[in-house]
Amino acid sequence: MNPYARRRLVNMTVLSLSLAATAIGIIWLAAILWTLLENGIAALDVDFFTLDTPGSGSDGGGLRNAIFGSLIMTALGTFVGAPIGILAGTFLAEFGRGNPLAPAVRFINDILLSAPSIIVGVFVYEAMVLRMGHYSAWAGAVALGIIVIPVVIRTTENMLNLVPGSLREAAFALGTPKWKVIVFITYRAAMQGMLTGVLLAVARVSGETAPLLFTVVNNQFWQGVAMDAQMANLPVVIFQFAMSPDHNWQRLAWGGALVITFAILILNISARLLANLRGFSK
Amino acid sequence: MSTDASLTPPEQRRPPAVTAFRADGGSATPTHAATFPQQPLRPTEAAKPVTPDKVVVRNLYFFYKKYEALHGINLALRDKRVTAFIGPSGCGKSTLLRILNRIYQLYPEQRATGEVMVDGQNILDPKVDLNLLRAKIGMVFQKPTPFPMSIYDNIAFGIRLYEKLPPSELDERVESAIRRAALWDEVKDKLKQSGLSLSGGQQQRLCIARAIAVKPEILLLDEPASALDPISTQRIEELIGELKTDYCIAIVTHNMQQAARASDYTAFMYLGELVEFDETEAIFTHPKNKRTEDYITGRFG
Repeated sequence: MNPYARRRLVNMTVLSLSLAATAIGIIWLAAILWTLLENGIAALDVDFFTLDTPGSGSDGGGLRNAIFGSLIMTALGTFVGAPIGILAGTFLAEFGRGNPLAPAVRFINDILLSAPSIIVGVFVYEAMVLRMGHYSAWAGAVALGIIVIPVVIRTTENMLNLVPGSLREAAFALGTPKWKVIVFITYRAAMQGMLTGVLLAVARVSGETAPLLFTVVNNQFWQGVAMDAQMANLPVVIFQFAMSPDHNWQRLAWGGALVITFAILILNISARLLANLRGFSK
Repeated sequence: MSTDASLTPPEQRRPPAVTAFRADGGSATPTHAATFPQQPLRPTEAAKPVTPDKVVVRNLYFFYKKYEALHGINLALRDKRVTAFIGPSGCGKSTLLRILNRIYQLYPEQRATGEVMVDGQNILDPKVDLNLLRAKIGMVFQKPTPFPMSIYDNIAFGIRLYEKLPPSELDERVESAIRRAALWDEVKDKLKQSGLSLSGGQQQRLCIARAIAVKPEILLLDEPASALDPISTQRIEELIGELKTDYCIAIVTHNMQQAARASDYTAFMYLGELVEFDETEAIFTHPKNKRTEDYITGRFG
């Protein structure tokens, strides 16, 4: 076999293997989405969004309290975690050069980024729940916030590092103070990327179950914004309802799973669209 | 500093360099002063009227970490003249330019020793306010660097840093800076558009407009036309010719024709040393140094 024919053969083989691997990944994803749609769509009606979680054995009901609880805790967690993450990411990217603290922060952040979320739940249980004496939505929001932080730190640092150094130099060369360079030039140049990072972090935490199991647990009733008590939330409701033998609960769990999956899908698509709008290409 | 040798007319500056240097108080690093007790190199004057020195560099050394990139540079830049720096890649010409507004200090591992006198003040002094210094010494970089904001705000950004102007005056300042940079006719109808929407040549003129809008006294141009097409390059060169009536201009260029066309004085640098510094015409017609001659005739570089 001449070298060219051999190269073609190797090329074909590797290409086929890559395609097969991709197909395997996509098939499972499609299967999951299909099962979810098939079982979940039946649960979606007006009641689903307007009624609260029903008791075991009863018919009907919805997930209004759980959807609302998830929204409010995710929003609060992002509100707590995103600013901390952005500030820390700014430190790493803009002040980290030559600072021995920066590599240490970066290393610890990488560990936090890959830490199992249940550890975060246990940590908040120890740090907040035990001290307060009861489960609460505050603790849940803090646990989600802690998961948001490392994601936002990482994306913020990466996005700021993508801003060309020449742009910073140009701003400094005009006599711009450093804080103005960061706020008006680098943030502006990296804005879309940083927003994308926050959206991805939201997508990441909105499906988290483990940290909520240790902090807010669940609540069968509508309680509005009473944060100092257990609160219903989608992941834990899905977990409990799906495990039960009650058919009505199982139906609602499918619906909840569908809602949360598509919410995350939409968030991810928005993040992609935002990223593509970025003024600076890689 | 009132007896600064650099401010005396050239004919009185001829006497022994050593005395002339010590007369100013010798505030350079002692070791360097001992080993390089020489007066800043100055071009010999012919027909042109002599303008005062704006920048005087003495015994300037520069280090990237331990690596010494400049080995004791001495030279003076005249006001309202264009001084070009030529030399092969890595010779230190951009490094020298980046010392003059201390932009190198963004990077902690870089440092400079010696003296850079601007209007009689040593700008390497740690007490110098960097923001004020940089407002006085504008810089344009090799790659156009428009800020991610509108064309108008690109110019207004620098003005707003140091002046609070009523909107109408700000408009005038922005317009005059853009006009000065020969860009007005091309952008006057789209001042609200992003600066990034302009072509490369227009972006570079926008950067020049941004630099002169803050009314600096010195302009540092680091290969301002190397990323541009010939037409844009020509416009930039014409612009440099017009701007020199008001500014002391230093330009680094890889393009020897550009140095010959656009500058009054030319400094040839090689391996971190200033080899020859003279009137541009003299450098290009009868260079005194063999290495200069080899470089400008294209024997190396």
